[in-house]
Amino acid sequence: MISKKLRREIPLHLMILPGFIVVLIFNYIPMAGIIIAFQKFIPAKGLFGEQKWIGLDNFRYVVQLPNFYEVVYNTIFIAMMKILFGLLVPIIIAILINEVRSTGLKKGIQTAIYLPHFLSWVVLGGIFIDMLSPSNGIVGNLFKALNMEPIFFLGDNNWFPIVMIATETWKEFGYGTIIYLAAITGIDPNLYEAAQIDGANRWKQILHVTLPGMRVVIVLLMVLSMGNILNAGFDQIFNLYSPPVYESGDIIDTFVYRIGLLDAQYGVATAVGLFKSAVAFIMISSSYYLARRFADYRLF
Amino acid sequence: MKMNKNKNGIDTFTIVNTVFLLTMASLCIIPLIHILAVSFSSSATAATGQVTFWPKDFSLNSYAYVAKRAAFWKSMITSVERIVIGGAINMVLTILVAYPLSLDKATFRARSFYVWVFFITMLFNGGLIPTYMLVKEVGLLDNMFSLILPTAVPVFSVILLLNFFREIPKELSEAAFIDGAGHWKSLWSIYVPLSKPALATLLLFALVFHWNSWFDGLLYMNNPDNYPLQSYIQTIIVQRSYSMMTREEIAELATISDRTLRASQIFLGSLPIIMVYPFLQKYFVKGIVLGGVKG
Repeated sequence: MISKKLRREIPLHLMILPGFIVVLIFNYIPMAGIIIAFQKFIPAKGLFGEQKWIGLDNFRYVVQLPNFYEVVYNTIFIAMMKILFGLLVPIIIAILINEVRSTGLKKGIQTAIYLPHFLSWVVLGGIFIDMLSPSNGIVGNLFKALNMEPIFFLGDNNWFPIVMIATETWKEFGYGTIIYLAAITGIDPNLYEAAQIDGANRWKQILHVTLPGMRVVIVLLMVLSMGNILNAGFDQIFNLYSPPVYESGDIIDTFVYRIGLLDAQYGVATAVGLFKSAVAFIMISSSYYLARRFADYRLF
Repeated sequence: MKMNKNKNGIDTFTIVNTVFLLTMASLCIIPLIHILAVSFSSSATAATGQVTFWPKDFSLNSYAYVAKRAAFWKSMITSVERIVIGGAINMVLTILVAYPLSLDKATFRARSFYVWVFFITMLFNGGLIPTYMLVKEVGLLDNMFSLILPTAVPVFSVILLLNFFREIPKELSEAAFIDGAGHWKSLWSIYVPLSKPALATLLLFALVFHWNSWFDGLLYMNNPDNYPLQSYIQTIIVQRSYSMMTREEIAELATISDRTLRASQIFLGSLPIIMVYPFLQKYFVKGIVLGGVKG
């Protein structure tokens, strides 16, 4: 005899069941699949087949690879710069958009700057490869028109990371302003009036009313962005890089892809992937913990 | 900071600010305009880099060539199938997971257990290789569902929707329960109809996600015939691989600029997004505000 309370809960279990099963299969089984990192994995024998256990050999192998540290450095450098500009630029642009009085102009600007976010890195990769081509790309032509030698932005190790950071910022800054503009909308208009009466000019109002009004959201997004410290942007880099710029542009995700799926060293690739997942786990968990403590941010 | 205030009109700041923001806005759309201009230009002017923001020596050759490419249209159809099936499955599962999780612990005692099950997937993942091996072993390689099932439950959308569900007054469902309705009825006849704006946002999220995804197509489709459009574009434009072209197509390519051809396919690949963009913008802004600021 099942209790009445349990019986009333059965439909709820049934509702959640399909999603639960999908997540169990496609998220949890791969989590268990990280055991590949400790095996001499032979794909033909299957994910949970009789594989040879080799302890930490895959990790030892990775650590002695000459370019591993380069890859980790590139990942952290590119990711950190993207986080930095991804925070800074939208805050500044949101404040400036808020200062625009004409609604039509405001709307037009917003429509234009949100657009790149919705385009895939495949499409944008195609566009940037075309534009940045030193032989006949529009940017190269601009250099030539100014009597300068065109720079091969996507083929030069000094430029490649900068181009990654710049184009990522270009793609996402507009979309990033949305949340700040929403925060600004929530500021009590009386505060601006009071500031005006106190003789605050526009700059002072931004500094003492607008920015403090955005503080909670800024702190929250800063904290949550910690989780991206190893996300240098696979989609973007995979579509824009080439062997000559591996030195400055190869990141953990592209490295895992190459040694795993191209060289078929599944164990080694999983070991690197596990390293990334573990660091990401620590960073994301702490960011949620901090966000909850200091900004009272709750996901569920 | 010095500001020349001019009480009766426009001050320096307004002018500088407007010019600056308009420049930023132009920078965001110029690449698209340029690629569009290249795609409508003749091979010769494009190849020598004469095109800027307006077609030079207007020509439809590249589009005529794309129109004849069976592989392009096949992948376009695959993409359309994908967004329809994938979007539908995303929506149904999001609704079905969000509703029980939006209830309080007293009504649904297993809530915390399920919350953790879904939350953990946001913190940790198995990574590329184990996921690939799983998809391979459940026999989904070269199957459309390999592109749909691994991302069938978008947890962020679930969170957004459950927060929305919580805003709906409890009295409505309580009244329905008194009239003898169960949870299923309450969900479909009260919660879903009242959440249409949130659901529209999430549907757009799902459609854009499925349209733009490309890597899973490369990964899980051994046969390039099964590629969705973005994977197809990735292969022939970004990797510049000719493996997907027939002999005749390669021969014909000799007579037409590779550049205008690439530009036209890039443009066609983003056209659906640009076409629905006005709706996208409105609903995405709502969705972001709904999910983000609440906290």
